[in-house]
Amino acid sequence: MSSIAGQRFRVLPPQRPAGRNRPRTTREQLLTIGLFVIPGAIIYTLFLIWPIFQAGYFSLYKWNGLGAPTDFRGLENYLQAFNHDVFQQAITHSLIITVLSLVVQLPLALILSVTIGRKLPGRMIFRSIFFLPYVFSEVITAIIWGFVYHQNGMFNTIFGTIIPGYEPITWLADRNLALYAVFAVITWKYFGLHMILYMASLQQVSSEIEEAARIDGASEWQVLRYITFPMMAPTIRLTIYLSVLGSLNQFVLIWVLTAGGPANATHVLATYMYRFGIKSFNLGYGSAIAVIIFAVCLIFSIGYQRTIMHRDYAGAVE
Amino acid sequence: MSAMATSAVRAPARINKQAITRELILRRIFQYTILSALAFLIIGPITVAVLGGLKTTGEIFAEPFGLPEVARWENYGSILVSELFWRQLGNSLLIVGGTTLGTVFFSSLLAFVFARLDFPGRDVLFNYFTLGLLFPLTVAFLPVFIQVRNLGLIDNHLGIILPLVAFGIPGSTLILRGFFRAIPAELEDASYIDGCGTLGFFWYVLLPLARPALGAIVVLQTIVSWNEYFLPLLILTDDSKWPLPLGIMQFQGQYGTDWGRVMAFVSILMIPAVLFYIFTQKYIVTGLTGGELKG
Repeated sequence: MSSIAGQRFRVLPPQRPAGRNRPRTTREQLLTIGLFVIPGAIIYTLFLIWPIFQAGYFSLYKWNGLGAPTDFRGLENYLQAFNHDVFQQAITHSLIITVLSLVVQLPLALILSVTIGRKLPGRMIFRSIFFLPYVFSEVITAIIWGFVYHQNGMFNTIFGTIIPGYEPITWLADRNLALYAVFAVITWKYFGLHMILYMASLQQVSSEIEEAARIDGASEWQVLRYITFPMMAPTIRLTIYLSVLGSLNQFVLIWVLTAGGPANATHVLATYMYRFGIKSFNLGYGSAIAVIIFAVCLIFSIGYQRTIMHRDYAGAVE
Repeated sequence: MSAMATSAVRAPARINKQAITRELILRRIFQYTILSALAFLIIGPITVAVLGGLKTTGEIFAEPFGLPEVARWENYGSILVSELFWRQLGNSLLIVGGTTLGTVFFSSLLAFVFARLDFPGRDVLFNYFTLGLLFPLTVAFLPVFIQVRNLGLIDNHLGIILPLVAFGIPGSTLILRGFFRAIPAELEDASYIDGCGTLGFFWYVLLPLARPALGAIVVLQTIVSWNEYFLPLLILTDDSKWPLPLGIMQFQGQYGTDWGRVMAFVSILMIPAVLFYIFTQKYIVTGLTGGELKG
């Protein structure tokens, strides 16, 4: 920061003669803008924006994906989805994962970030270890955890050794347990991301103010509660946002671990869309589910940014 | 800037801490216990997988953390000599290369326009490009699949690379724009005095200065495209074109009960990921935090 400021005073020419040399002619500028923007715009529109609009169109048809859609059904697909008990369960499961992420994953990441803090010896090692799962693919993560949760796998072996009379638990086959077992894997893979963001934020918190509070007799908890956490608030609000969107979009990990089972106990929005949209050759119906997911994400994003993140917007996201 | 002030304020606090060493030691013991327990939960499953690659299925289940009686290198060997594995690796590298190059190319051009040029409608256009942040590929795969099929790109690696580039553009443009904007206008003036045109300024001044951001984008897009599983599953029906994440699922389908071989395959994919992570951690962190955190 200071080096750039230093340069500013040295480099600035007295009369700014450069102004004349700048390519100001609109034609040249238009050419640059066109050449630079159009290629990216085509790919972005063709493979991101257009498909999403198209989904809105297909969602009004009963369509198996072959040929052009002709069987117009209006909003029937949407009504069918909201009346399907498995879809209702999928919404509930997505909400459970979202809420658990907010009340378990984020506090865990926050506590770890202040524990590791700015000066704990060995902090880089712990930071690296906790962030490591983030780089593994969902597929690998799911296969490893498939073993950890296996009937004779790592957890049951460890608990069997420690706890006398322990009965092996079928973690992923138990209807009441599977969703939470899946959530544990999501936490394992993603809490490090939030921790990294918190640690970045923590570096911006001035330690002088914390020290001043300590000298004035504040306890460690009071320092955290009244100084550190409030100063990290913009990042905390950002991670809440990322966490909600990330939870609503969980897919591959769950699909490989349980494929939505047992008996639909772990279906979330995206696994439901895959199972009942693509696997059942019902692309019109799947498109309706996609539109519902987009609508949920969009409403949440706009609402959250307008209300809660509004004041950070200039600094945090923009 | 504030180094003097910091040390002046910290000095008395440091003396205080030395006076209460016992409390500090207890606190450190507590901290390290918790952190080590959590670190074990992370490292444990990874260790089991890497060790498991050297064992028989029986050994894996009997003692997940134990060392094998005889190291079964043939678990690794049989994968590494199979032609299928190398072909899948080649497919994966093709997808990674195309995706990262494409994303860097398109998003740096876009970011330049949004950061350094001024024209009516710029903000609207920029908002259009950030709209994509709301639609992650993990939930947009169905519409994308339909579009790729309509464009006749089924069984074509471009059908994976182009959507991955499209979904990488919003975030990458945002990161790069931030870096490009931070470069002072005086440098731009100076480059024009020295005879650079717009392109020259972009190529000789902006891109080299934004190297951390470019590195971050390359690294993050590498991770995303290397790990991508669902798009290839939907788009590639010809299994000779499959990348490694599909390969390992197929492998697990074949050798599902032979956990030693499955773990060996998992480890073969995991070890490069760990090495890549160790060498590029700095860039990953830059990319995720927008350059706020220094390694």
